[in-house]
Amino acid sequence: MLTWVALLALVLFSGTTYVAARRKVSVAAGGLPRNMHSLPGYYGAYVALWTGAPAAFLVLMAALFGGRLEDALLKVQPPAAVAQLTHAEQQVFFDDVRAKAHDLQASETVYEGPLGVALAAKTAQARQLELLINYGAVAAAAVLALSGVFLALRRIRPDFRARNKVESWVAGLFIICSITAILTTVGIVASLVWESIRFFQAVPIQDFLLGREWDPQIAMRSDQYASKGAFGAVPLFAGTFLIMIIAMIVAAPIGLFSAIYLSEYAGGFSRAVVKPLLEILAGVPTVVYGFFAALTVGPIFRTGFHALGETMVGGPLNGVGLYLMAVQNQMALVAGAVMGIMLIPFVSSLSDDIINSVPQSLRDGSLAMGATRSETVKKVVLPAALPGIMAAMLLAVSRAVGETMIVTMAAGLQAKMTINPLDTVTTVTVQIVTLLTGDQEFDSPKTLAAFGLGLTLFGVTFLLNVIALRIVQKYREQYD
Amino acid sequence: MTDAALPTAQPSLRKIVEARLKQRHAEEQRFRLYGRAAIITALLFLAVLVGRIAAQGYTTFVDYQLTLPVYVDPARVQADDLSGANYDLLIADQTLARLGEKDDELGTKSGKLMELISTDLGFQVLMKVKADPSLIGKTLQITGPVRADGQLYYKGEMKRATDETERKLDNEQLGWLDKLKARHLVKSGFNISFLTKSDSTEPEQAGVLGAIVGSAMMLLVTASLAIPVGVLAATYLEEFAPKGRWSDLIEVNINNLAAVPSIVYGLLGLAVFINWLGVPRSSPLVGGLVMALMALPTVIIATRSALKAVPPSIREAALGVGASRTQTVFHHVLPLAMPGVMTGAILSLAHALGETAPLLMIGMISFVPGVPQGFTGAATVLPVQVFIWENASERAFEERTAAAILVLLTFMIIMNMAAILLRRRFERRW
Repeated sequence: MLTWVALLALVLFSGTTYVAARRKVSVAAGGLPRNMHSLPGYYGAYVALWTGAPAAFLVLMAALFGGRLEDALLKVQPPAAVAQLTHAEQQVFFDDVRAKAHDLQASETVYEGPLGVALAAKTAQARQLELLINYGAVAAAAVLALSGVFLALRRIRPDFRARNKVESWVAGLFIICSITAILTTVGIVASLVWESIRFFQAVPIQDFLLGREWDPQIAMRSDQYASKGAFGAVPLFAGTFLIMIIAMIVAAPIGLFSAIYLSEYAGGFSRAVVKPLLEILAGVPTVVYGFFAALTVGPIFRTGFHALGETMVGGPLNGVGLYLMAVQNQMALVAGAVMGIMLIPFVSSLSDDIINSVPQSLRDGSLAMGATRSETVKKVVLPAALPGIMAAMLLAVSRAVGETMIVTMAAGLQAKMTINPLDTVTTVTVQIVTLLTGDQEFDSPKTLAAFGLGLTLFGVTFLLNVIALRIVQKYREQYD
Repeated sequence: MTDAALPTAQPSLRKIVEARLKQRHAEEQRFRLYGRAAIITALLFLAVLVGRIAAQGYTTFVDYQLTLPVYVDPARVQADDLSGANYDLLIADQTLARLGEKDDELGTKSGKLMELISTDLGFQVLMKVKADPSLIGKTLQITGPVRADGQLYYKGEMKRATDETERKLDNEQLGWLDKLKARHLVKSGFNISFLTKSDSTEPEQAGVLGAIVGSAMMLLVTASLAIPVGVLAATYLEEFAPKGRWSDLIEVNINNLAAVPSIVYGLLGLAVFINWLGVPRSSPLVGGLVMALMALPTVIIATRSALKAVPPSIREAALGVGASRTQTVFHHVLPLAMPGVMTGAILSLAHALGETAPLLMIGMISFVPGVPQGFTGAATVLPVQVFIWENASERAFEERTAAAILVLLTFMIIMNMAAILLRRRFERRW
């Protein structure tokens, strides 16, 4: 609340300084713009920036980190009664202090005797510290703002190069914004690697990458968590691979043929109708596909296979029939097929772009030699577009590997090494979701395993993307 | 060549060519058919997907409201302990009497009747009596929904023909439902409460308002971070940055970020925003931050292609009359590129609206009754609401899930349409 008031006040105040600076420079230049180096607005902006920006930065920092500063200060020199507690109990104690000071729900721990006294004292101290930090920040911001006005206003003269100064502020802003993209990558890699290192301290990396048994539940027993096999991720990789293959079997031919038809055969009208419809298919949230897979496709496939199994039971294929009668909703085939549907528009729009970028002269040459259209496509256009189409497929594979919602809702949780599409399998993403939803200790290997899986996932998709983007870029240069 | 043109050789060669030509044309037809079949399959999938969800979900928008006179019995509602009375039981007993049934000593019948009447009615009585204690001893008219299972029966999804043990309500309860309807105590109508109420453990009282507000708040955070940062970054890279290894690195980086699986962003949000920076879990703020990072590459790529489309002559003209480079960009190039930028921004926000996986990582799947309070309070968003309801065991949540999807798809289509219209209306070909 205080932060918002302070920010609002700052905006109003720098607005005033903007007007004041403009007026000052106009008066100094005798009201004639030709006497000034820059337009009057730049003088105003210069002063307003020096007034508002540093102070606003300070206020925001205080709002973001004030709470942590308060915690750190509270923990300095704990009272003797508190210092005797274990680390975990101290944590609870300080959480309760914070809760009391901010009128939140405290834990049900009862503090008696010296602990009770300490709690009251620390609570009072916490309230004081909070006030001190909040008002201290606002006061410091006010000092910054005032000195900003003072210093900046003094420099304002008609020959002052205000525009260049303001533009260098803008340039700074540009660079900060561009660095955000780099920082995101650094953040992803750093957080994944950091947590994964902690995970690999508990579970050796070769056990994780090569182990053939996945059962993170065992890890809850502290004497067993590093035992061999509990965190072997190979079944997850196998499940992910199986579902990805099924998805690509559905998506690759349908997507590719749609793209060929759209770019080589379709007239203007059907293109104008079909393309937006495919875009809608691409825009449908994956949670919707998950719902569709779990409640529509799954039951349909199951009843289909059951009916098929019934006809076989008692015949020569009795065993197969009995197996088909026992399949469940959550088979790899369902998740894979629905994921394939999701990938169709992705494959088709990427391939469409690539086929369109094959130069028309190649087609014209082939048609002029008497080839039919399909021969032109098969013998000229597709070979020319092949690297690009491979790249599109790689990107689709990367999407399939990283897709989460469909598999979470429609694939199972059992980690199995199988290539049977009617079996239930689990994937890397499903396991990440399962490990991280719900309340767990953040430090347990079970939670950290999610980051190990995340790092693997990121590594694989990153590699696929880099290769695919490289190919596309190379290929584009070839025809440009 | 002249040999081939000899009259004696001609007919056989011609025959061969003609036969071959027929074959080739047939092949051409087949190939075209494959393409058409592929497109029809894809569109069929879309039709089945949307059609099936609409068929599952439309029943949510019809609901059955029960209007009952409730006598606030002074013997059972004490003025000094209003919350202590069991209003649900009170309503059930009176309704039972109205239906002409006599209860046994254990109250099994009223217990069974309570399974048909939503707790919302009892809650309404409590609220009214709390607001005005003089109502004790008087009769109130209360309107509230029939419990979810009863609604399923009215909608024909639970059938009498099904074996009694296989359905949730027994024959006696179905008989009561028929009687209530025959006495015109039950009216069907458009279910506005689905859009004006928030999540609830009772299916008949659950709505999507809280999720819609949560989504809107999250998107507000996303838009106010991703759009300015993305546009400025793209402008810098396209208009100012010296072309070299550094800008190449950033470019490769951004293209890669656009293809990173969304769940990885969730892990980033969990590790950096929640565990390191201490942003509150499951708040619209942390959701918006994660979505902003996800949307950033898309916004940057869209803005760069919009800026590329502005012809250099515009820049040269502005520079020629003495504008600085910053002025050229902000006064001329960016305004001309704005339609393209906004189209990209809206599309990336539409994508963020439908994204679910990263939000599961940052704890947005908690049960949140009511509309979210502020940007740091607990909230849920539409796609996550779909996920939560899909996991709920009650049969009645199934139609609500589909209906929530319909609401989500409506918002997505509105945003996509806005983007397409914007592009059509303002797109300029140079």
